[in-house]
Amino acid sequence: MLFEVKGLQGQHVPPVSFSLEAGEVLTVQGESGVGKSQLLRALADLSPHDGEVWLDGAEQQAMPATEWRRQVGLVPAESGWWADTVAEHFPGRPSDDWWERLRLRAALWESPVDRLSSGERQRLAVLRALVLMPRVLLLDEPTANLDRDNASAMAEVLLGYVREHGAAAVWISHNPEEVRAHARRWLEMKPEGGVLHESV
Amino acid sequence: MNLYSLTPFDLALAAGLVLALGVVQVLLGLGLFRTLAFNSVRMVLQLLLVGVILEAVFDAATLPWIALIAMVMMGLAGYEVVARQKRAIRGWHGYGIGLAAMSATALIVTVLALTFMIETDPWYTPQYAIPLLGMILGNTMTGIGLALNNLTQTAWQSRREIEARLVLGHSVRDATAELRSDSMRAGLIPTLNMLAAAGVISLPGMMTGQILAGSPPIEAVKYQILIMFLIAAATGFGSLVAVQLGARRLFDARDRLRLDRLRSGR
Repeated sequence: MLFEVKGLQGQHVPPVSFSLEAGEVLTVQGESGVGKSQLLRALADLSPHDGEVWLDGAEQQAMPATEWRRQVGLVPAESGWWADTVAEHFPGRPSDDWWERLRLRAALWESPVDRLSSGERQRLAVLRALVLMPRVLLLDEPTANLDRDNASAMAEVLLGYVREHGAAAVWISHNPEEVRAHARRWLEMKPEGGVLHESV
Repeated sequence: MNLYSLTPFDLALAAGLVLALGVVQVLLGLGLFRTLAFNSVRMVLQLLLVGVILEAVFDAATLPWIALIAMVMMGLAGYEVVARQKRAIRGWHGYGIGLAAMSATALIVTVLALTFMIETDPWYTPQYAIPLLGMILGNTMTGIGLALNNLTQTAWQSRREIEARLVLGHSVRDATAELRSDSMRAGLIPTLNMLAAAGVISLPGMMTGQILAGSPPIEAVKYQILIMFLIAAATGFGSLVAVQLGARRLFDARDRLRLDRLRSGR
């Protein structure tokens, strides 16, 4: 098992347990405010929580936090940018292939962050996470600011990454159609806890 | 030169000027008269009280008494540091960080100055020790308050940027480098301004006081230079210590940004 969550619970996260095999995508749905984003934060170890999270046989709390977050990559709904240009947010320039698949203009590499559109920010935030080659992706509505074509390109890139690298993804989506075809199960978040369903 | 002693009548004349200001405020409907009056009376009582205490301490001049006075001054300054922050760190940590930073700098700098520079005998001679600590502490307190205020307020405002770095596997040290250096700078700005303005734009209070008391100006200037250096060093080191301790408190052992450890904004 690649990723196992046992009795995870936090101040704003109802109790959740699930496990993911390599190549698996789990979509997360539920009403606003039920704790979906907070669940991802706890999985990335950004907020205090109870329960256990295991990656490839290693427990979250036993691994240095920086190492855990590199391997369990969170892409929040709203990305943060701390420097002036796009390039400063990356360890190095990602290959052209990435830019094409995400339909990003190569000129964006040098451009100031405050000139980016919300859709460009979102795609660059995903790219920033992918280049670290995480084993698990935690995606908080990664296609929310994108038009239909760009959204499906993004979904393809993310699903392709999970498949090709034997990774796994926990994917919050208000539009489950885009990933349901690829997700064997989905997690319904309720105030009393998370419930796993088989996709039909 | 003689020291021209002030009579109560002299002070009453000066108070009359403030009273005149109050009357003008009432006539103009500015509504500050009560505050002005209250604060003026409070100032007189506070200073008279300090005068009486200092007279007593100067007469006693024993180390325990002076240590007690120093502790009370530090305690009040520690409280003031917390009170000046919009989102201070909660609980005794918030108070302790300010106090620790001041003890580690203002107190040490004062003792160093007394023992190695001014070389009073005994080193805790109250006429020197208490005013010196007061001046250094006052400035250090302001610097530490500004530095910590900048730290907590900016951390709150930039939480998204800080966490964006954490989720990419950056260390807390890297993710807060700019925050920490900006906060240290914020703590030092009043001191830098003070150094730049000294003698040109403003005549420092202590120097003026010494000259009024009959010291030769060049002696007063030497003391003032000493004090300026002491204040700059204590404030700079104080901000540095406070920012490092404060930044550590903003994160837990798992490198999570813990804004829940801050008071809600006022």
